[in-house]
Amino acid sequence: MRYLLPLGVFVVVAAALGIGLTMDPRVLPSALKGKEIPDFSLQAVQGRELGLSSANLRQGTVSVVNIFASWCGPCRVEHPYITELRNLGIVVYGINYKDHPDHAEEWLNIHGDPYVRTGADLNGRVSIDWGVYGLPETYVVDGGGHVIEKHIGPLMPDDIRSKILPAIQRAMK
Amino acid sequence: MEGNGSLIGEIGLYALILALVFSLVQGTLPMVGTHYGVGAWIAVARPAALGQFIFITLAFSMLMLGYIVSDFSIENVALNSHTDKPMLYKISGVWGNHEGSLILWIFILALFGLSVALFGSNLPPTLRARVLAVQGLISFGFLLFTITTSNPFTLLNPPPLQGLGLNPLLQDPGLAFHPPFLYLGYVGFSMAFSFAIAALIEGRVEPAWARWVRPWTLAAWCSLTVGIALGSWWAYYELGWGGWWFWDPVENASFMPWLAGTALLHSAIVVEKRDALKSWTVLLAILTFSLSLLGAFLVRSGVLTSVHAFATDPQRGVFILALLVIVIGGSLVLYAWRAPALKSGGYFSPLSREGGLILNNLLLITACATVLIGTLYPLFLDVITGGESKVSVGPPYFTNTFIPIMLPLVVAVAIGPMLSWKRADLYGALSRLRLALAVALLVVIIGWYTIENGSFLSLCGLSLAAWLFVGALVDLGERLKIGRVGLGAVWRRVIAQPRATYGMTAAHMGLALTIFGIVASTSWETERLQVMRPGQTADIAGYALLFVGVKDVGGPNYNSVRATFEVSREGAYIATLQPEVRTFTDPPMQTTEAAIRPTITADLYAVVGDPDGQGGWATRIYHKPFVHWIWFGAAVMAGGGLISLSDKRLRVGAPGRRKFNRRRAKVTAA
Repeated sequence: MRYLLPLGVFVVVAAALGIGLTMDPRVLPSALKGKEIPDFSLQAVQGRELGLSSANLRQGTVSVVNIFASWCGPCRVEHPYITELRNLGIVVYGINYKDHPDHAEEWLNIHGDPYVRTGADLNGRVSIDWGVYGLPETYVVDGGGHVIEKHIGPLMPDDIRSKILPAIQRAMK
Repeated sequence: MEGNGSLIGEIGLYALILALVFSLVQGTLPMVGTHYGVGAWIAVARPAALGQFIFITLAFSMLMLGYIVSDFSIENVALNSHTDKPMLYKISGVWGNHEGSLILWIFILALFGLSVALFGSNLPPTLRARVLAVQGLISFGFLLFTITTSNPFTLLNPPPLQGLGLNPLLQDPGLAFHPPFLYLGYVGFSMAFSFAIAALIEGRVEPAWARWVRPWTLAAWCSLTVGIALGSWWAYYELGWGGWWFWDPVENASFMPWLAGTALLHSAIVVEKRDALKSWTVLLAILTFSLSLLGAFLVRSGVLTSVHAFATDPQRGVFILALLVIVIGGSLVLYAWRAPALKSGGYFSPLSREGGLILNNLLLITACATVLIGTLYPLFLDVITGGESKVSVGPPYFTNTFIPIMLPLVVAVAIGPMLSWKRADLYGALSRLRLALAVALLVVIIGWYTIENGSFLSLCGLSLAAWLFVGALVDLGERLKIGRVGLGAVWRRVIAQPRATYGMTAAHMGLALTIFGIVASTSWETERLQVMRPGQTADIAGYALLFVGVKDVGGPNYNSVRATFEVSREGAYIATLQPEVRTFTDPPMQTTEAAIRPTITADLYAVVGDPDGQGGWATRIYHKPFVHWIWFGAAVMAGGGLISLSDKRLRVGAPGRRKFNRRRAKVTAA
């Protein structure tokens, strides 16, 4: 019996891997789409002036909310593309998740600050309300404060083209 | 060049297909031959391994040639290379992508197969044939995978004029050699695996089997140690945040086989010396290689998100999963069926060297399991909840679970070698370790009074490192009888001592150094983040860094902004640090090049960022005490492995008869 145990464990792992293959780890649970954003109000990241609150997201403009942190490697990878979004004239807000204020400030100083407003979510409470699973995450929010699209993981040019830009267009209608 | 351009690709593909044929022959005929006793079929194993090696080498060389001459008619070269890239990175570009890294993987596998074919003359012929057959089957699986889903020789017509470049983060000497070492490690564990399968088929595990498995495992373990250390060092100086380990799924994928391989190294000693723990060691050999394969799956299938992941493709994922199920599932079925028949000879009390090694295995495998659970948990939850629940498991999980398991292990590492086989005297061992205990306590006391911002936990860490370091030396001193016999007698013992002893001492001391580096650098690091204008000075840990200014400089395929800091201490000039921000055009990307001044006691680490538009520049300066000891310790560990590998007892290819006599002579010594 004990000789069968390793096989048993492997069967379970393999089954999970098999099912896992059929799922995309970046797909958003559909339940969140179309929902209202949570109510929140955050101070700006240290060294910036404009903080972020739910009211800012309900002022009639479509916006992109990017959740990031200085300690997050993939955030560094997507950073140039977030900047590119901003350069396209899109309103991009940043929520800084569980970060050291000095680090967050420095990160924005060093790599550039693409965000119109930033919110420092020091204890991660607001991000939990947003349903953040892992960094980075990016949300497209319509002018009324509804989540139109969500992207998990670094936002690459392909994702912008195939997912974010179409969602923004949908939101503007 | 256009004329023979496609030729390189075509030769490469044909060579791969021929290698596939050879691997199939190598995997089947000897296996059947050993079962039915057909001598001619058994004899096929060696030439088949040689043939497979020749054609894989040809394929690998063709791909490399394609990169060297920038033959963009090969799609893989066009996607991953560029004429402006420095030669070193053209070559390392060969394995910087999914397809090419597979070819390197198979090449190393064939190299190991060749070594068994050439140097395995002291193995029983049937065992050797079976080992080669298992190697051939693994090779067949991977070649089939490569040719059907990941052909590196797909041609482009017409060929593009220029390639798409390589991720500039990967253009780095540390990273250029990181994958080959990792693969040497992963694939090296396939040897232990093949020996385990062959032993299960034969239904016998003898001490001679362990003597064969140990050197391969040791060699693989050394390479993996170096590979992991290189990767972590690269993260340290290239990512620009001074971090060196992130518990990223791909890092974990390399760390799990390392933990299991470390356990295997130790349990194989018990099989060799005491003829015990056989079925466990066979299982460990299977597990270690299975974890290597699982790593390959995680990196290439896209089930987990990671910055390291190769461009993923579900079709490849299905294929690797099938391969995983056949290789791992098949071997575990074989294990469940055959392992009960493996008879263990040696009996021992729980308190003995054997008992100590079992404790080592228990803790290492538990640690490995916590890493595995942490890595796969997001996936499991995703599967169970049908994609409605997603989590990411971060460093806090790993530090909170992994470190508590490591603490008792480190305590035990110093004690284990002092225990005797069969039945040991724990009190005696501890009393001989009183020097180590005294030093460990002294470290706590001195640290308590002298180190200002030391937490209790960091003092414990330092104390453990001291305990382990001194303990390893005390053990060596005991073996050499220093202080108990005359100098001449000690010298004779120094010479007579098997190299494996020195290897073990070095490896355990290396572990102590790494622990010391981890504890010291994480507990006493200081950092300064600020905007500086030329002429301003930043003070950190007694150093003054004068910001001289920035300059634009050009590189071979990038433009760079280089800042200059002059470092001084108490007014005396010490060094110049020149961190850079490099901007690559193809693909567009920025990388930070930290400037590091490593010394034995601490690293000064400077990074420059963006200008603030008013003449100032964002800068980050870190002072990291003893951080290089982390990698120095890893190098000492790997060095210890190499010393042990050079032990006559383990020397691959030494005639069996002589070896046997030597073993008799050394049973008491070791």
